Amino acid sequence: MNAVTKIRGPISVLRRSDVDTDQIIPKQFLKRVERSGFGEFLFYDWAKEPGWDLDPNPILVAGRNFGCGSSREHAPWALEDFGFKALVAPSFADIFYSNCTKIGLLPVPLPEEEVEALMGAVEAEIDLEDQVVRFDGREVGFEIDPETRRRLLNGLDDIGVTLLSADAIEVYERDREREGPVTTL
Amino acid sequence: MPASPLCGEQAVPVSRLSLLDKIWQAHEVYDGLLYIDLHLVHEVTSPQAFEALRLAGRTVRRPDRTLATADHNVPTDGSKVAAQIADRLSRVQVEKLETNCQEFGVPVYSIGHARQGIVHVIGPELGVTQPGMTIVCGDSHTSTHGAFGALAFGIGTSEVEHVLATQTLQQRKPKSMRILYSGELGYGVSAKDLILGTIGRMGVEGGVGHVIEYAGPPIEALSMEGRMTVCNMTIEGGGRAGMIAPDQTTFDWVDGLEAAPDPLPLDQWRELRTDEGAHFDTELRIDATDISPQVTWGTTPSMVCDVTAAVPDAVTEGDERALEYMALAAGTPIQDIRLDRVFIGSCTNSRIGDLREAAEIVKGRKVASTLSAMVVPGSQQVAAQAEREGLDEVFRSAGFDWRSAGCSMCLGMNPDTLAPGERCASTSNRNFEGRQGRGGRTHLVSPKMAAAAAVEGRFVDIREWS
Repeated sequence: MNAVTKIRGPISVLRRSDVDTDQIIPKQFLKRVERSGFGEFLFYDWAKEPGWDLDPNPILVAGRNFGCGSSREHAPWALEDFGFKALVAPSFADIFYSNCTKIGLLPVPLPEEEVEALMGAVEAEIDLEDQVVRFDGREVGFEIDPETRRRLLNGLDDIGVTLLSADAIEVYERDREREGPVTTL
Repeated sequence: MPASPLCGEQAVPVSRLSLLDKIWQAHEVYDGLLYIDLHLVHEVTSPQAFEALRLAGRTVRRPDRTLATADHNVPTDGSKVAAQIADRLSRVQVEKLETNCQEFGVPVYSIGHARQGIVHVIGPELGVTQPGMTIVCGDSHTSTHGAFGALAFGIGTSEVEHVLATQTLQQRKPKSMRILYSGELGYGVSAKDLILGTIGRMGVEGGVGHVIEYAGPPIEALSMEGRMTVCNMTIEGGGRAGMIAPDQTTFDWVDGLEAAPDPLPLDQWRELRTDEGAHFDTELRIDATDISPQVTWGTTPSMVCDVTAAVPDAVTEGDERALEYMALAAGTPIQDIRLDRVFIGSCTNSRIGDLREAAEIVKGRKVASTLSAMVVPGSQQVAAQAEREGLDEVFRSAGFDWRSAGCSMCLGMNPDTLAPGERCASTSNRNFEGRQGRGGRTHLVSPKMAAAAAVEGRFVDIREWS
């Protein structure tokens, strides 16, 4: 994963709430076994609606509960492949939020009125180091788990980090792991 | 220390833990790292994870705690091997699952295997799903397994890779919510109505950030199938996981299954309940007596109303958009909505108990000539059991299409899809735009309601219908 520090540039606006991952990347594209190339299918059905206009800017600003529904990581893959580097919304669905942080696509929750204000701006800067969004001469803070932030800032590989504690996992398995069931029936 | 009301001494603080607290504590390797007892895998969200392991030269740490099946993509036409799958991409994905599992030593029940089925149906059916476990799968409906008093939730492909490599997950403890039900479910009202009614009250975002424990007499009265239906749809209310404390109903289900311990460790399992006075970040109380049969009218599961009601007026832009997509006018009585298709299946409602309930409704009746209806059993074992009981014949002679096991038209990754504009009564879990097929219109209902709708060609109030 590439390190994430500052994301700066024009914003794209999707003024809809409860955008589910079925809309972000419909099912027919989940048959692919590769991790890349999903961007061209982003919002596949919505993109056919008259008046649809979504540019691949660095920042996407959207409505509440973004990314609800299916756990498909193909949704963050598609958003990232399309060109977005950060997503701003009043709230995100849990699994989607987590999936984004795993691939270095920065999800930024802001209060509803700040999201509304940001939708009116032309561009913004998201500073993960300082945990702020800057736009229209203002600075708005956002929340992120410190450990998640550290991993994003350093572009760390989660599995690599966990395997540094392989001893602790072995101790758990030796002393505390529950009995069965085994799946090798 | 026993309570001593006459003594003025400070009582030793008694730890009051929730079911979530207990399972969490037992699985914390250290703060922020959770041990995973069972990892379920399917063909759609795993190929990139296996590929990444391969590229990094990593192995699957615990194949004996990992189980794979093919469900999302499989045709339900009785195909026995991957080579028979007509759709090239689906075939490749199922074959990939098979070769990946072989290479990494992971047990797999692929298409044609007697144990194949929807991942959230086969776990509980084999007995690998057990009380007190941590269970993950690259699928949001993993919350289903919480019905057994397990902590079970969906993860993305990066996390699938992480669990394959380490048998752990980096995870912060979620907030806790309890939904306490009182009263009892009325005649004809099912677990599906209970959870749809709950989501209607709390909204699709009400559970975000929380693990939800469902409790109270109406929950205790549910069968395991009913409990799975409730926990399954937790994600539709935004909840990360749903759980129900295990009791005799749970133990009876698990006892004797292939992967179940013998004897069951009942002393341990009986400890898996929330202590009196335990803290919850959020509590919600619902009187189950108030719940009627539910029908969704829009494009999120919280856009739901009683079968006796009418399509509501649009309040938000989202509502307007939903009504337009669904081609419904506000004020239309739900029972006037005519249907083109009926789908009984999915990880929400495809177990033997669900099929029995639906069969009872359609027995001796005929599917309306204006629609087509299908039943997709959740697993090959469910199908075999239904066939032993003659349910397949009940459905067939009523005019239903009886299919083989898979996710099927819940998400339409296989050939089972709605055509644009078709309207479907579905026992599945999501009524999102295009979910069952581009332009398709989905109404979520219980198996009984779907069965009765198939006969009448429109929605009916199952409580008054005969």
